[in-house]
Amino acid sequence: MTGAEIFVKALADLGVDVVFGYPGGAVLNIYDALFKNTKVRHLLCRHEQGAVHMADGYARASGKTGVCLVTSGPGATNTVTGIATAYMDSIPVVVFTGQVPTLMIGNDAFQEADIVGITRPCTKHNYLVKETKDLARIMKEAFYIASTGRPGPVLVDMPKDVLAGSAEYALPKEVNLRGYRPTYEGHPRQVESAVRLVKEMERPVIYAGGGVILSGASPQLAELAHILGIPVTTTLMGMGAFPGTDPLYMGMLGMHGTYCANMAISHSDVIIAFGARFDDRVTGKVDEFAPHAKIVHVDIDPTSIQKNVPVDIPIVGDLKDVLKKMIRLVKGAKEAAQYREKIGPWRGQIETWATTHPLSYKRGKGKIKPQYVVEQIYALTKGQAIITTEVGQNQMFAAQYYKFDRPRTFLSSGGLGTMGYGFPAAIGAQVAMPDRLVIDVAGDGSIQMNIQELATAVQYRLPVKVVILNNGALGMVRQWQELFFQGKYSQTCLPQIPDFVRLAEAYGAAGFRATRTEEVTEVLSKGFSAKGPAVIDIPTDPDEMVYPMVPAGAPLTKMLLV
Amino acid sequence: MRHTISVMVENEFGVLSRVAGLFSGRGFNIESLSVAETLDPSVSRMTIVTSGNDQIIEQILKQLNKLISVIKVVDLTGVETVDRELVLVRVNAESETKAEVLRLVDIFRAKIVDVAPRCYTIEMTGDGGKVNALLQLLRPIGIKEIVRTGRVAIARGM
Repeated sequence: MTGAEIFVKALADLGVDVVFGYPGGAVLNIYDALFKNTKVRHLLCRHEQGAVHMADGYARASGKTGVCLVTSGPGATNTVTGIATAYMDSIPVVVFTGQVPTLMIGNDAFQEADIVGITRPCTKHNYLVKETKDLARIMKEAFYIASTGRPGPVLVDMPKDVLAGSAEYALPKEVNLRGYRPTYEGHPRQVESAVRLVKEMERPVIYAGGGVILSGASPQLAELAHILGIPVTTTLMGMGAFPGTDPLYMGMLGMHGTYCANMAISHSDVIIAFGARFDDRVTGKVDEFAPHAKIVHVDIDPTSIQKNVPVDIPIVGDLKDVLKKMIRLVKGAKEAAQYREKIGPWRGQIETWATTHPLSYKRGKGKIKPQYVVEQIYALTKGQAIITTEVGQNQMFAAQYYKFDRPRTFLSSGGLGTMGYGFPAAIGAQVAMPDRLVIDVAGDGSIQMNIQELATAVQYRLPVKVVILNNGALGMVRQWQELFFQGKYSQTCLPQIPDFVRLAEAYGAAGFRATRTEEVTEVLSKGFSAKGPAVIDIPTDPDEMVYPMVPAGAPLTKMLLV
Repeated sequence: MRHTISVMVENEFGVLSRVAGLFSGRGFNIESLSVAETLDPSVSRMTIVTSGNDQIIEQILKQLNKLISVIKVVDLTGVETVDRELVLVRVNAESETKAEVLRLVDIFRAKIVDVAPRCYTIEMTGDGGKVNALLQLLRPIGIKEIVRTGRVAIARGM
């Protein structure tokens, strides 16, 4: 078989049903082989960055590994932002790039880029395939590495002669990498110490991150929290890891977290962190983060532990395994009931914070409030939609005002903060979940960063909906300028915004617009029931800001409130 | 504090840049690095000398372990080791200083590996302290050039 045929057959044998890609000179052989195949579907994107975000959105929505195929040189370099996005959020994606023929590598050949070198710091691992006979094995390893342990993107660079050359097809059954052995089982003694510590304390908080979703440990997390009655906060990446409507849920913590979550974490005496990494947007001023708390940190990646904050009890392992072990230690014990009683006053305190300082904004008849729009999206979809976001105010409003009850329903670029992520990610999610309603909550700035993918959505009849919170500005940056740069809106006003309704129509999608608060529900509802892809443009109040806000470098308790 | 870390890696292209990139990308410091094949030709050993507080060293060890191409990481600090550096020194050897150079070579159990009309090239191995001591004594005589390897280290046999 030729390398290209091996590639396509291996994809099918590895269970890949869809590839997001863009052809080019170096991968012509693969596209020729794809032409004949019936097992692997290929979606033609309109930009390679969009292709990676689609593969990423597909992976986040489904839990499977997303796959992307592009050509050499600019095709490959265009994937870098998508790869870095997936890397920061630990998303399993395999990106295949074409490369100039082996003999030309290093000669500055046409459409040559050292993509293995370029992506080394933003992939979990990457490969340059040197011989056709290695291709199938490397593909097997790439999928294994991407999807196991702490997941992440893997890039495989394939020179044209490797794809044109011939070899026997040999896809190994198992992967054996002596340098890669993730630890799945949490150490029982560490788990026991953690449970003992928590039981001694009176003001516990569970702090859950994206790792809970990646591990599929949401049911176990809910079970543990309920047995002991411990209140839960999540990171942005952890939205949906714990039911957003559960009485134990305090909302997101951190820079734009709820008052309740930030006060609770700051006054807690023990924090149990599951699959979260104490990122600077979460901790605020790190020296003053949770000053009274002992910290139990559970993570599959040892480098996450002890990186930003000192940890009292580290546990390396798969969250599902560790949570099950914890549950076994506390389940049915009379002590659990006693514990719930003991922490009653703490729960009461949290209840007080939640009721005295709920998320709020000034409602009114004037300009449409972006928070109101998100509330209406929540009401109309009954919390059942898959929501993706762009980055900025739209992202924070979506996280604050939509309640996510299930994992894999909130897809957002948390770590890298990639504007232009949400729309292609929504397309990828829609491919994975054809029957679900998928909505990108966007801003007028972000949506323009990958708007070309409208053509992809229309071509493949993927009925994604885009709600543009159109404030005519780069809202979050403008908010910082308002608060910290004396209101000098340097380069954050967007006076030249396209007519998104007509733009949608030009691409062959449907366009809608609401101009008054009273219309919002009806227009959203119309847009959501449109058959194909739809763009819903909603001009919103440019002066609206995201609150609470912890200024950069301040402790979590120093929140700016509405 | 200074640490000597021994890292067993897959002997394949690109591994050095993965390790070096890890240090530069995360702001860790490399004082010296040496690498060569081991008894098993599919494995290379890197000996890295680095420094940092406990938290940084912990991150370095964990991050090295996280690389797929890294097979094993051992911090040799606090372990009984034999460690060596190699230095090649070209030093002035005029008629009045020749005897002094030869005497030092003898004392340090070094070797003269190249002789030219007005200079000698000396080869010496030893731990960092011994190398520094030799260089200090040669300096007044006139060192023309120094080439020095990084440190290699091996744990003492039990």
